[in-house]
Amino acid sequence: MLKYLLKRILEMIPTLIGITLISFTIIHLAPGKPTDILADFNPKMTPEARERLEKYYGLDKPVIVQYGMWLKRIVRLDFGESFSSDRRPVMQKIWDKKQPLIDRRLFVTFMINVISMIVILLISIPIGITSATHRNSLYDKIMTTTVFVGFAMPSFWLALLLMMFFGIYLGWLPISGLKSMNYKTLSFAGQVFDRVSHLVLPVFIASFGSLAGDSRYMRSSMLEVIRQDYITVARAKGLPERIVIYRHALRNALLPLITLIGLSIPGLIGGSVILESIFGIPGMGQLLFMSVMTRDYPMIMCILTIGAILTLLGNLLADIGYMLADPRIRAQQ
Amino acid sequence: MKKILFFVFLICFFSAACKGKPPAGPILSNDGADGPVYGDTLIEGTIGEPSTLIPMLAGDSASHSVAGMIFNGLVKYHTDLSVIGDLAESWDISRDGLVISFHLRKGVKWADGVEFTADDVMFGFNTIRDEKTPTAYKEDFLQVKKAETPDKYTFRVIYEKPFAPALTSWTNLVVLPKHLLGGKDITKNDFARNPVGLGPYKLDKWTAGQDLVLASNRDYFEGRPYIDRYVYRIIPDAATTFMELQAGGIDMMGLTPIQYTKQTETDFFKKNFQKFRYPVFSYTHMAFNLKHPLFKDKKVRQAIAYALDKSEIVDVVLFGLGSPATGPYVPNTWPYNPDVKKYEFNPAKAKELLREAGWAARDGDGILEKDGRPFSFTILTNMGNSLRKNTATIIQWRLAKIGISVEIKALEWSTFVNEFIDKRRFEAVLLGWSIGLDPDQYDIWHSSKTKSKEFNFISYNNPEVDALLEQGRRTFDIGERKKAYFRIQEILAEEVPYIFLYVPDATPIVHARFKGIKPSPIGISYNQPKWYVPESMRRHHIDQ
Repeated sequence: MLKYLLKRILEMIPTLIGITLISFTIIHLAPGKPTDILADFNPKMTPEARERLEKYYGLDKPVIVQYGMWLKRIVRLDFGESFSSDRRPVMQKIWDKKQPLIDRRLFVTFMINVISMIVILLISIPIGITSATHRNSLYDKIMTTTVFVGFAMPSFWLALLLMMFFGIYLGWLPISGLKSMNYKTLSFAGQVFDRVSHLVLPVFIASFGSLAGDSRYMRSSMLEVIRQDYITVARAKGLPERIVIYRHALRNALLPLITLIGLSIPGLIGGSVILESIFGIPGMGQLLFMSVMTRDYPMIMCILTIGAILTLLGNLLADIGYMLADPRIRAQQ
Repeated sequence: MKKILFFVFLICFFSAACKGKPPAGPILSNDGADGPVYGDTLIEGTIGEPSTLIPMLAGDSASHSVAGMIFNGLVKYHTDLSVIGDLAESWDISRDGLVISFHLRKGVKWADGVEFTADDVMFGFNTIRDEKTPTAYKEDFLQVKKAETPDKYTFRVIYEKPFAPALTSWTNLVVLPKHLLGGKDITKNDFARNPVGLGPYKLDKWTAGQDLVLASNRDYFEGRPYIDRYVYRIIPDAATTFMELQAGGIDMMGLTPIQYTKQTETDFFKKNFQKFRYPVFSYTHMAFNLKHPLFKDKKVRQAIAYALDKSEIVDVVLFGLGSPATGPYVPNTWPYNPDVKKYEFNPAKAKELLREAGWAARDGDGILEKDGRPFSFTILTNMGNSLRKNTATIIQWRLAKIGISVEIKALEWSTFVNEFIDKRRFEAVLLGWSIGLDPDQYDIWHSSKTKSKEFNFISYNNPEVDALLEQGRRTFDIGERKKAYFRIQEILAEEVPYIFLYVPDATPIVHARFKGIKPSPIGISYNQPKWYVPESMRRHHIDQ
């Protein structure tokens, strides 16, 4: 078991290097440079000044040399400094030690994704199970339609509709941001309430689109398990249906979902980019969006690397979870 | 762009149901009767987050607008566009125009209490000229031969040649506190995020990705601003910003033409907000590649100018929020020449000119030909700017009517600039220039500025214009300069290297409780420290 884990972790290293090399090259292949924002169409910019700037950012060297320099720093866990004119270390931008934990960008994104994940599971598993047990019933059809509507609807569009309805028309929920202007003056309970009310819409949007996938998986996996002989045996023993489904069938039916959770991490991180930009949430996704717009290479690379690590870790955890949950797989290793 | 379109659709979709319940806000009565008082907070929505608050390092407009509240320059523009003193009380220019001596205000203090002196200007000047400072604004200061500080309150610069834009280049770019930054690398310093300035506001708190809170500077040399706090809320999405405005989350933003003319024409907005409108210092134009065989002939360019109806473009694209342009200056400013050739919409005249130039429709497809080559070209513009895209579409339609076939291609900005503009691979482009308040446009029109990455990318070459540009930047006499720039506009109007299309209007909206806003040709924010909220309408209370 330990040997297997070690092997898996070691395997992650070349994969990670591959991911970063490809990302690095693609980013640099895209037209435009970080210096454009200062230099493009600025009549006060001479060609010499432009060269000076490019040299200052180290952009005069070939891409592969720049990648080598980047990699050399990364092994020392130094992600470099942002190219935006504040020149702050990129790590400080996503994990600012001066801020309370709850306001650090990486944490904000992580928190929203974890909450959404929990919400997705809490809703999609019961939907999946009941759809399977009530297969082809009216309930099944309504649920199927609902989750697919959520799946098909562009999330930013739905977000705007909900913001208008709950934020302006009803005035129940804040429209954007993570906390109110008067946050500091609120009591502790008030602060908690303030934060929660800011998270309702973003979490709803992040979850709604993913319900379809997970509940459908759950449904089909459940259907498959129900057809198996041991379920028939359980029923034949005279066990109540509730116990048959929730004790005997559910355990096996949950297995494929573990993999699914591991695989959904990149999707959630990608979704954060759109979500955080619309809702004005100061997280990692919003930072990625702004960095791409200004071609802030070190910042983009840092976020992509963190995303890659999270994805690889997610896969690893899914495999471990699978092993823990299923003795058959454990035996194979 | 897509997002904005969706939003437009959404508004129409919802407007029946969504009458916009007024947020708990002030009841507007007692209109400013109680005179200026201190207090309240102004919240402005900003799409981008500032990256640095050191003006000379900043490239983005968000950084400049916040830094502009914290740092002042030596001189500034008066509402009539004349130059007046800011940190400099007065200045003398030597007869030959080579020496400018600024006499600084006495007793101005940095926010930490240290007095502002000529050494600080000297320090800023040396920093911006430093090889190692990554700034886009060096060039004006490299023209200086020598700078000196004869005493604490005098800063003197000596130029190689007289340089008219010189005076107005002494803005907040070069005002930095020497006692805090002397001997330090400004690019690797906390100062960019915790600046100490001397302007009307000082930075109180900057929460990355969320907001910047500025507090009023009680010792501001022009008097303490009435509004106690100025908050910039960072909301990257324009649709969200507009909803925040309705919900009371922000007090001030710039409106799009459709928001100005349609979406804010409701009772709710009329009661709770005040809208403003004034020309922006910029113009949108269609530029021809003068090296391209199609556009070498002046008559062809003039014909295209006659074929377009500028006021139609303003009405359709900008919903009337702008004015037709006749040259590279904003109407009603001193360098603007109102009496140039106007090219009133006249398709018949356009056809006639094209015929004179040898273009005629021969093979019956309705498209003009000359030497077997059909008259068709592509207009390039940048992606994501719906105003330009729409303008191009109208031009396409108008030119089709006189037998010219036009294609439109919108490209991502960097690709557009690097692959097409810089390599001169274009026939015509639709672009805009932001213009400074100084009329010097040497870099855009002078024939020496045609290399790659330079700004005369259309390869315009006219010795008379070259001489006039030179003349205009070498004298400080407004009368002389005016003569030069008037003549340049006449030549440009005759030769049509660009078709000057329109000057758009800025359309900010501000909550109605703010009083004392006086619109002027340079906008509304110039007197922001004098805005105030009558006590009865105050919305935000601050624990002092």
